[in-house]
Amino acid sequence: MPEKKIRVLIAKPGLDGHDRGAKVICRALRDAGMEVIYTGLRRTPEEIVNAAIQEDVDLIGLSILSGAHPILFPRILKMLKNKGAEDIPVIAGGIIPEKDVARMKKAGIREIFLPGTSTRDIVSWIQEHIAGNKKNAEIP
Amino acid sequence: MKKRQRKTPDIKKAYGSWKRNKYARAMEACGPRSFTTVSGRRIKELYTPADLPGFDFFRDLNFPGEYPFTRGIHPTMHRGRLWTMRQFSGFGTAEDTNKRYKYLLAHGQTGLSVAFHLPTLMGVDSDHPLAKGEVGKCGVAIDSLADMEVLFSGLPLDRITTSMTINAPAAILWAMYIAVAEKQGVSPKVISGTIQNDILKEYIAQKTFVFPPRPSMKLIVDTFEYGAKEVPRWNTISISGYHIREAGATAVQELAFTLRDGIEYVIWGLERGLEIDEFAPRLSYFFNSHNDFFEEIAKFRAARKIWAEVMRDRFGARQPRSWWLRFHTQTSGVSLMAQQPYNNVVRVAIQALAAVLGGTQSLHTNSLDETYALPSEEAVTIALRTQQIIAHESGAANTIDPLGGSYFVEGLTREMEEEAKSYIRKIDDMGGMVRAIELGFPQKEIADSAYWYQKAVDAKEKIVVGVNAFEMEHEPISLLEIDAAVARQQLDRLRTVKKSRGAAEVKRTLSDLKKAARDDHNLMPYLLGCVKAYASLGEIMDALKDVYGEYEEPVTF
Repeated sequence: MPEKKIRVLIAKPGLDGHDRGAKVICRALRDAGMEVIYTGLRRTPEEIVNAAIQEDVDLIGLSILSGAHPILFPRILKMLKNKGAEDIPVIAGGIIPEKDVARMKKAGIREIFLPGTSTRDIVSWIQEHIAGNKKNAEIP
Repeated sequence: MKKRQRKTPDIKKAYGSWKRNKYARAMEACGPRSFTTVSGRRIKELYTPADLPGFDFFRDLNFPGEYPFTRGIHPTMHRGRLWTMRQFSGFGTAEDTNKRYKYLLAHGQTGLSVAFHLPTLMGVDSDHPLAKGEVGKCGVAIDSLADMEVLFSGLPLDRITTSMTINAPAAILWAMYIAVAEKQGVSPKVISGTIQNDILKEYIAQKTFVFPPRPSMKLIVDTFEYGAKEVPRWNTISISGYHIREAGATAVQELAFTLRDGIEYVIWGLERGLEIDEFAPRLSYFFNSHNDFFEEIAKFRAARKIWAEVMRDRFGARQPRSWWLRFHTQTSGVSLMAQQPYNNVVRVAIQALAAVLGGTQSLHTNSLDETYALPSEEAVTIALRTQQIIAHESGAANTIDPLGGSYFVEGLTREMEEEAKSYIRKIDDMGGMVRAIELGFPQKEIADSAYWYQKAVDAKEKIVVGVNAFEMEHEPISLLEIDAAVARQQLDRLRTVKKSRGAAEVKRTLSDLKKAARDDHNLMPYLLGCVKAYASLGEIMDALKDVYGEYEEPVTF
């Protein structure tokens, strides 16, 4: 197995300023040995996609609590595709009604972690699905 | 006094021997467990008079309505008048929300509380690129006075009180409200309500800031000054611990940072040359009521006591009204769980009861479905009924400060008071709250607490029912959905407003505003000019951004 650390971009799309969850995830992933880049608040889809490409991350984690996910998630996925970066998997968390979960997954979000998820479960999901080297990534 | 001094050491000794010989022995069989609050505070097995050395009824408690108001600010408290049942509410267009307000008032709610959508909170119009997907989602869309007129149509502003949760653009939304009142023929002298207008906690926790801290503080002091003269029954600020707590603060951090924010506003008001007793009576507070029942009650009691002392002794306020800490409470959003959502009704009831026993002046109870979406009508009705059951069935409102004198609650109150004062001194030493925010101090303290708590939950040191224990599948609940048509309707109205207003008047009022901002005048009269000309919120904010710039938060975690 490659020793390279998993690089993750934690991004906050949408206008809400609720960054408690995003910051907790950043710390938990860092403590689990990953390299974490945090975008800060209110990033547009374009800013998020550009940051992911520039930072050459293995994974994008989106945190949103504003309800704008049905618009913003597909835009981010589409923009990744347009820039030839659709191989970067995207996961998400926040306030997302259960019936949106299936829709968002169908649109291409790999996994959605709802409130109450243990950070341990998120860490193991990432370790299981994302290898430190994108070329070796095993994505279901 | 002599008698009491003799008695206390005896209790201490007897307690020690009881603990060693009876309690500790019996506990050996029970296995190790930790007894801490949701904030990680260690709680003893028993509280006795030994926990309250030097306790003095008149100095520490006194009667309700008497300094230091530990037992409540009014002599009658909830016997004289129940707390205001004020459900925070707003979604979709102004028409949608106006309908919900009428529904809530018809079902016994006694005050209004406006939730604005995120673009309004951030001071951008619904047609701004950042508003894409957000219109009407987290609250009601307000772009101009035209929306505000619809929002309050058929609601007589001389007879209802309205709280508006708005911060960076607070002065502008307040100007719109004043303008609506005038259109209804109601004088600003008689309207009553609250604007949140608390920017410090935005930098600390909720993060809906726009301008840098210093011009933001100037705008807030403008509202103090204008309100004291022109809108005397209005609470020009609601100094908020709610969001600080939601962001992860402990109960003591909520208490300390919120009161230190209050101190900061007073200092800035005094620096403007305002008379303390002129503006202090219009300062109000807003706290969170979280899961730990007794710790929350102690927090509310300690808050009143500290504030009375600060206002009287630190700032020399002479009017008892200036010493009062009046507060609104909202139950804790972050404590609600997506799993088995009906359990949230129980959490809310316990939190609401703590707020009532802590002497709140008004209360919002969260709805069971808020981990998913804005509340449905059914869910918000249960939340309101929860308050009514506490008020009319539980007996909790029959006597004032029923937990006063409990060794435990008095001990906790004292402990929290001391810890909060030590945080306040620390921030004083840093040079005040604006400076502490620039240094990232409260932000870091809160992020540390949030992470500590999450780790405790992950390790099951803290049990969350239905989440890390007692788990089971649950059926999805029905949720409020915001129709996609909302954004279209809102954009239509914004276009119509922009077409039908007098363009020259908009231009003139905006340019007057900018000049006044550069010359450092009180901006309230100029903001009133802009909103009455139907300048949009985004246009007014843009004019101010030209003068004040925008705040960029340092990105850390």
